[in-house]
Amino acid sequence: MDEESFIHPYIPNSVPEIKREMLRVIGAGGADELYREMIPERLLLGRPMDLPEPILSELDLKRHVESILSKNKTAEEYVSYLGAGCWRHYVPKVCEEIASRSEFLTAYAGGSHSDLGRYQANFEFQSLVCELLGMEVSGIPTYDWGAAAGNSVRMATRLTGRREVLVPRNVSPARLSIIRNFCDSASDSGRIEVRLVDYDAATGMMDMADLESKVCEDTAAVYFENPNYLGVIEAEGASISDVAHDGGAESVCGVDPISLGVLAAPADYGVDIVCGEAQPMGMHMFAGGGSCGFIASRDEERYVAEYPLRLVCIADTAVEGEYGFGQALSERTSYMARENAKDWVGTTTTLWGITAAVYMSLLGPQGMRELGETVLQKSHYAAATLDELDGASVPFKTFFKEFPVTFNKPVREVNEALLGHRIFGGKDLSGEYPELGEAALYCVTEMHSVGMIDELRAALLEVLA
Amino acid sequence: MRVREYHAPRWSEPIIHELSTRGERGFVPPGAEPKIKAKVGPAEGFVPEAMRRRKPPGLPELSQAQVLRHYLRLSQMTLGMETDIDIGVGTCTMKYSPKINEELAAMIMDVHPLQPEETIQGILEMAYEFGDVFLREISGMDAFTFQPPGGSAGCYNNALMMRRYHRDNGEPERDAVVTTIFSHPCDAATPATAGFKVITLYPDPETGLPDTEALKEAVGPRTAGCFITNPEDTGIFNRSIDEWTGIVHDAGGLCSYDQANANAILGVTRAREAGFDMLFFNLHKTFSSPHGSSGPGSAAIGVTGELEEYLPVPVIVKRDGVYSLDYDRPRSIGKVRDFMGNLQVVVRSYAWCMAMGARGLREAAEVSMINNQYLVEKVRKIRGASLPFRGRRLDQARWSLEKLKEETGVGVGDVNRRIVDYGVQSMFTSHHPWLVPEPFTPEPCETYSKADIDYWCAVLERVCEEAYRDPELVKTAPHNSSNHRLTFDGFDDPGRWAMSWRAYKRKRGKD
Repeated sequence: MDEESFIHPYIPNSVPEIKREMLRVIGAGGADELYREMIPERLLLGRPMDLPEPILSELDLKRHVESILSKNKTAEEYVSYLGAGCWRHYVPKVCEEIASRSEFLTAYAGGSHSDLGRYQANFEFQSLVCELLGMEVSGIPTYDWGAAAGNSVRMATRLTGRREVLVPRNVSPARLSIIRNFCDSASDSGRIEVRLVDYDAATGMMDMADLESKVCEDTAAVYFENPNYLGVIEAEGASISDVAHDGGAESVCGVDPISLGVLAAPADYGVDIVCGEAQPMGMHMFAGGGSCGFIASRDEERYVAEYPLRLVCIADTAVEGEYGFGQALSERTSYMARENAKDWVGTTTTLWGITAAVYMSLLGPQGMRELGETVLQKSHYAAATLDELDGASVPFKTFFKEFPVTFNKPVREVNEALLGHRIFGGKDLSGEYPELGEAALYCVTEMHSVGMIDELRAALLEVLA
Repeated sequence: MRVREYHAPRWSEPIIHELSTRGERGFVPPGAEPKIKAKVGPAEGFVPEAMRRRKPPGLPELSQAQVLRHYLRLSQMTLGMETDIDIGVGTCTMKYSPKINEELAAMIMDVHPLQPEETIQGILEMAYEFGDVFLREISGMDAFTFQPPGGSAGCYNNALMMRRYHRDNGEPERDAVVTTIFSHPCDAATPATAGFKVITLYPDPETGLPDTEALKEAVGPRTAGCFITNPEDTGIFNRSIDEWTGIVHDAGGLCSYDQANANAILGVTRAREAGFDMLFFNLHKTFSSPHGSSGPGSAAIGVTGELEEYLPVPVIVKRDGVYSLDYDRPRSIGKVRDFMGNLQVVVRSYAWCMAMGARGLREAAEVSMINNQYLVEKVRKIRGASLPFRGRRLDQARWSLEKLKEETGVGVGDVNRRIVDYGVQSMFTSHHPWLVPEPFTPEPCETYSKADIDYWCAVLERVCEEAYRDPELVKTAPHNSSNHRLTFDGFDDPGRWAMSWRAYKRKRGKD
């Protein structure tokens, strides 16, 4: 292609005549001349970049990308028992429809009139998530559960003026790494100590005695999860909150909201700040790209003042009865306060928040309960079935959706063999939790039919023999 | 140029809770099969007494079509960039995101991030090669990760690497960073979250850039590094940027380049030659992934070889043509985001780059820069608008409507509410503080045609004319939008703010 004929379908003004006309108005000879006016010669690249030739045909481009991505296997082609923070639930078609709407997909930072619908959908996400959690304040969602937990414990340290947070040892190692990064500081005075609390080896729940012994006058927050990383339901949630409160600390809990049709609202067991992961509510896994963290609390000024997130607030307009929206306490955000802000706010996961709002609206209270019941029954069926096998056992009995399975063989070998049966076995926990032995974290949702679970059993019979 | 007659959809749409009808439902989840029920019995028994949900969540009850209709109406009352000329949303004007790329990104929707490596070779290859083939050449950096899920998260990632680097070098006392006031707020806020003290340099009123002498005074033995956006939000390129990185290096610091918006400089000038140790690109801006109403996005982090070992885990590596995930990196900062970030964003950006090639990327840069020069010539002529600071801007410029405000009482907030009446999105004004009074920041990226730019300028000109002729018309705007001017002033009032429907009902006595 010569210089004159490079007309790109994504660049209207690549047409030479148009460009010349614009340059005439500008009074310049060409792009190089203009760049030289702005950028010193020594910083100019001065050569064409060495990159692959462009694929201008959409069909050729599609075939090229497909040729690479078709090397993946998917959880549609295989039966997957992987969870551990990214879970495969059914995504209602209406969620996909709204998530792919051109307006929501491509909107950026328009005003509250021209983007009224975006603001209202954000407000509805906040409203619906609050119904599940029993809270009254939430904001635009953040990146993932880990970031939400990191922000939440930092809120607690500012609320209490204390510098230590207690985290159970059975938190997700990835999440713990994110939390540790949030708590560490370049300055000694800014550092927040993360102390680990044991879990009960028999139940997988928080070790209450260890928790009580560790809460002290430095404790800003007791962080726990329900269900926790190992799938276990924290039956003593209220006691955990009590211990935190008796020590003058905030009770901070991370939840999987898909459980909240059948599990108690965190507000009902004394939690002050709730965080968690909305990905199960309408988002595909996208190899981890479906994550969507959230934070919620009671509607008290002291909590609201510590949020890093944008908080969409309902408002009145010049027309009686008409809704408008704006942002509450925007001075606290990094867009306004820069380094003096509460952490930071930026581009996060708003499209997923809107999608989750659609999901919660579709399911309603009845759908959320029924879905929770199905997940409980199917996951317990799978656990009971695997527990009966020679060479496999399920150590923790009180769980939702996920549970470790211990094997008499290395998990690596088990999973390799299962792959031959077109099954992705559970996440290998043997490196993260050596005390569990050769254990894998299995995830069972409404996506798993009884036939699939029975096939897993049959495959394991063969593998473990 | 004729300005369009326009009216936004106005549905007066209730909040979803108000549409609820007891007993309706929009979705039936699958139940457990009889065999399962026979074996395990009712679900309730699996939840400890104290943890059972006593009161159903107060979610609305709607049929499926009613839910769909509600959210379609909300989408219609959102002026996405595909129906709009989004030029006003500068510093991050979104470019066209090719529709085919949505279909390609969906190819990974059913992939679990923890699948065995041999079953995710496709996505690992794409992410690795995108960094190795494209971004290394575009930036001059040596290694890339896509774990940070947004631009600010990318900036935070770099603050964490900087923190770890100085600790490993036995210099933990380096606890101060330098930025400029026209760098994006994340360049101050994310190092502050990582515990750094932030020193902010202010611009010379003539040039719009801080003086190099000011930087020399700001650095010292406590300097950990700098976080700089270039071109700055003003659109002005710091011509001394390589001298700046030299000064920071001489003081013992590292340099992080905010290239979230690198639109005007693709194939023109690079982080490597400017002397930076690390950078981030926003894939949901410069590399065409759609913004999604504010995410999910992705920051591509590029580092020099010296800093590669600090990247978050896992790092995608290639050996003998096979891609794998390397977690065994003792100096890694660990994780900033679970799994590998938003890889669907990487798929879109890879596809976009393949469609562009070296020539297309350079063309995008040149055209976005030329578009802005053309827009500058037009906006200069609009009564009430002025361009502070001297010199040429790259692909955006920070303008002022101070004169309009003085002469008519109509400020940028009013103008912003009025231009939407002509089907044009509200403009991005400026981050705070507003050093430029009554600011606005158009950025006519390469997606926009000459006719689009002409139209956008015609709307701005019309509204400024209205301000002189009939200021009340502008101050009471919008008139043709999805709702009307806000009268609520309780956004900072704990007694009146409401961030959820249940709080609103309680505070308005509607329970």
